Amino acid sequence: MMRNVYDFNTLQYDSQLCSGCRMCTIVCPHQVFEQNGKIAELIHPKDCMECGACQLNCPTDAITVDSGVGCAKAMMIAAVKGKKEPTCGCARP
Amino acid sequence: MNAQNNSSQAHIRPTTSKITFKNRWDHFLARWAFNRMGHRVEPGLYSLGHPAADSHVFVSGNYTLSFDALRANLTRLDCYILVLNTKGINVWCAAGGGHFSTDELVNRIETTHLPEVVKRHVLILPQLSASGVAAHDVKKQTGFRVEYGPVRAKDLPEYLKARKATKEMRTVSFALYDRLILTGVEIAHAVIPLVVLGVIMFFISGLLAAAATVAAIFAGVVLFPLLLPWLPTPNFSTKGFLLGGIVVLPFVLLRCLGAADAEFWWRAGSILAYLLVFPSMTAFIALNFTGSTTFTSRSGVKSEIFTYFPVMAWMFCSGIVITIALALARFFIDS
Repeated sequence: MMRNVYDFNTLQYDSQLCSGCRMCTIVCPHQVFEQNGKIAELIHPKDCMECGACQLNCPTDAITVDSGVGCAKAMMIAAVKGKKEPTCGCARP
Repeated sequence: MNAQNNSSQAHIRPTTSKITFKNRWDHFLARWAFNRMGHRVEPGLYSLGHPAADSHVFVSGNYTLSFDALRANLTRLDCYILVLNTKGINVWCAAGGGHFSTDELVNRIETTHLPEVVKRHVLILPQLSASGVAAHDVKKQTGFRVEYGPVRAKDLPEYLKARKATKEMRTVSFALYDRLILTGVEIAHAVIPLVVLGVIMFFISGLLAAAATVAAIFAGVVLFPLLLPWLPTPNFSTKGFLLGGIVVLPFVLLRCLGAADAEFWWRAGSILAYLLVFPSMTAFIALNFTGSTTFTSRSGVKSEIFTYFPVMAWMFCSGIVITIALALARFFIDS
C-alpha cells in the first residue's frame, strides 16, 4: 500500500459540525475517515492527498482542505505559463 | 428499441460489454500517449443490453479507457450508461480538473432527458469522481440520488450484489502492474528531451556522456516507477537522486578507466560533472512522476518543488559548466 509521503497537509475537520452522513468515509480513497458511532472520526490524517472529495461531499461543511492536484509537472507548467491554478491534462489540450 | 419508447426526445445509443480488437488497439495507443487527448467516446446516454425504466444508471467519463473499463465489467446486465463530456480525460483527473463536475452531470441529465427514461432516480458514479461531484448538490438540483460505487470498475459485479463496497474496494492502490502500465506514456514523453540532451551531451563531452544521458533518463521513466516503493528515502526527489546516482556509477567508472593517463584534476572534474548532471536528470523526472501516482498531496508536492527543484537546477547547470570547462581545457592543452 502506497501512501502520502509528506509530513503535513491542509486537511481540517470539525467533528462538532458532523451530521453523521458517512459521505467522507465513502469517498476518501485513502480511508482517512472512519465512522465512530454517530459521527465520522479522522483516523489517518497523514494519508490525506488533498483530492478534496470529502470537502465537496460534506453537506455540513465540517471538512476543509486546500485541494488540488499533487502533480509537480502541472505546477511547474502553470508557473512557466504564468497561470494560477494548475490542472490535469498535461499533454496537448 | 424499447429504451427509446420511454421517451420520444431521448436519444439513446446502444453499446455492449464486448471489448473488440479495435478497442484494444485504441487502448494500446492511449497507453503509449499516441494522440493522447483523442481517445474519446460521444457524451450522452447509452443502453447496454435491454434496459427498462427501473434499470441501473452508471455514470462515466468520455475517455475510451474509462468507458470501456466500465462496460466491460457490466456483462449480462441490462443498464444505462450516462457518459459525461470529460474532454477525453479519465474519471479521477477529470474530477480534479473540473470536467467531471456537478454542473456537467446536472447538465447531462437534462440534455439526455434522463428523468423521462428511468423511474428510479439513482445514479451510480465511480468513487474517484467524488472530487468533482457534490452528491447533495446533484440531489438538490435534479432529484437524482448519487451513489458512489467502488474505485475500480472490476469490483462492480461484487458491489452490485449488496450495494456495498468493502474497504479494499474503496481504496486506491498503486501496485507494480499499475506502475508498469504508466511507463509507456512516460517513455513517449521522454523521447524528445532524451534526443535533445543526448545530442548536447555528445557534442560537449562525447559518446559516453550521451550514453549516460540515455541511462539517467531511462532510470527516471522506467526504473523509478517500478522501484518506487523500495527506494528508501522519503520523497520523490531524493529517491530520484539516489537512483540516478546508482545508475551513473558504471559510467563514472568507465570515464576514469578510459582516461587512466589523464591528469588528476581532469579525472576528478569529470567524476564531479557526471555526479552533478545525471542524478539531477533522474531526480527531475522522478519529481514529475508525482502527478502520475495515487497518493501525493498538493501541499506536499509544492514544498518538494520549492526545496529540491533549485538543487536540481544548480547541480545540472554547474555540472554542464564543468563539462564545458573541461572540454575547453582539454582542447587548449592538446592543441
